[in-house]
Amino acid sequence: MADVFERVKKVIVDRLDVDESKVTMEASFKDDLEADSLDVVELVMELEDEFDMEISDEEAEKISTVGDAVNYINSIQ
Amino acid sequence: MLEGKSALVTGASRGIGRAIALELAKNGAKVAVNYAGSEQKANEVVEEIKKNGGEAFAIQANVSSDADVKDMVKQVIDTFGSLDILVNNAGITRDNLLMRMKEEEFDEVIQTNLKGVFLTTKAVTRQMMRQKSGRIINIASIVGVSGNAGQANYVAAKAGVIGLTKTTAKELATRNVLVNAVAPGFITTDMTDKLPEEAKESMLSMIPLNRLGNPEDIARVVRFLASDDANYMTGQTLHVDGGMVM
Repeated sequence: MADVFERVKKVIVDRLDVDESKVTMEASFKDDLEADSLDVVELVMELEDEFDMEISDEEAEKISTVGDAVNYINSIQ
Repeated sequence: MLEGKSALVTGASRGIGRAIALELAKNGAKVAVNYAGSEQKANEVVEEIKKNGGEAFAIQANVSSDADVKDMVKQVIDTFGSLDILVNNAGITRDNLLMRMKEEEFDEVIQTNLKGVFLTTKAVTRQMMRQKSGRIINIASIVGVSGNAGQANYVAAKAGVIGLTKTTAKELATRNVLVNAVAPGFITTDMTDKLPEEAKESMLSMIPLNRLGNPEDIARVVRFLASDDANYMTGQTLHVDGGMVM
């Protein structure tokens, strides 16, 4: 199984159409990856599909950087 | 026209909601018939759909309760495997002149007619976004556009529904979830039968087509909005009122 970060990165690159090099653990979806809040909601849903899990609204609201998403997924897998 | 689609119609035991449930079913949709209190009436709608070879079931939920709504939506998706059409129709009236309107009368109507639409819409959003398709049709009212003496609560709620329709349409457009409203004029139902005779007569004088509407007049427009014929419409409010408000 590919590393969680690599899988998250692939979803982000596909979804937001951004350059791979921009997708770092520190990158903020809104500030660095130019995602609006709806993009983030959609991204979270795609991550749910990719990792076959459900991310509650409360948890989803805390996700603002790529690292937040990776760490959250790692924490429950 | 709607074969293979599944629909949830709130407040579908009577009046406009009932006509919508029957119309969608007649066109091939599987229909969840929501009711708050009229279980027997809802079962009659289900029976009528089944008698005509359709698929339907009745489901109780108070749309102003978040827990009820979440349970209902889950049950509909579990039963049908998808949810393609939501019709937010459930509504109540507590008419009174503004000066005499009690706070509870205002709150009750806002809770059911406006918050109910918000809660139900929110509950289906995840499913429809995942499907990358869906139709949400909100039953507003022409008085939400024009105002109406004696219905400050109802008018405020229905105007709110029109605004909610536009915002939801904008938020969900990228996922191909289309959201429109229908604003019925004066339609003969249990709800309008309660209005005083003189109010009815004065309304009739304002209707260019010179007749009251039937629930079926509304249901057919809802069926259109639910169908592929309306693929390029979102955020709109269609006045189905015999020309009352242009």
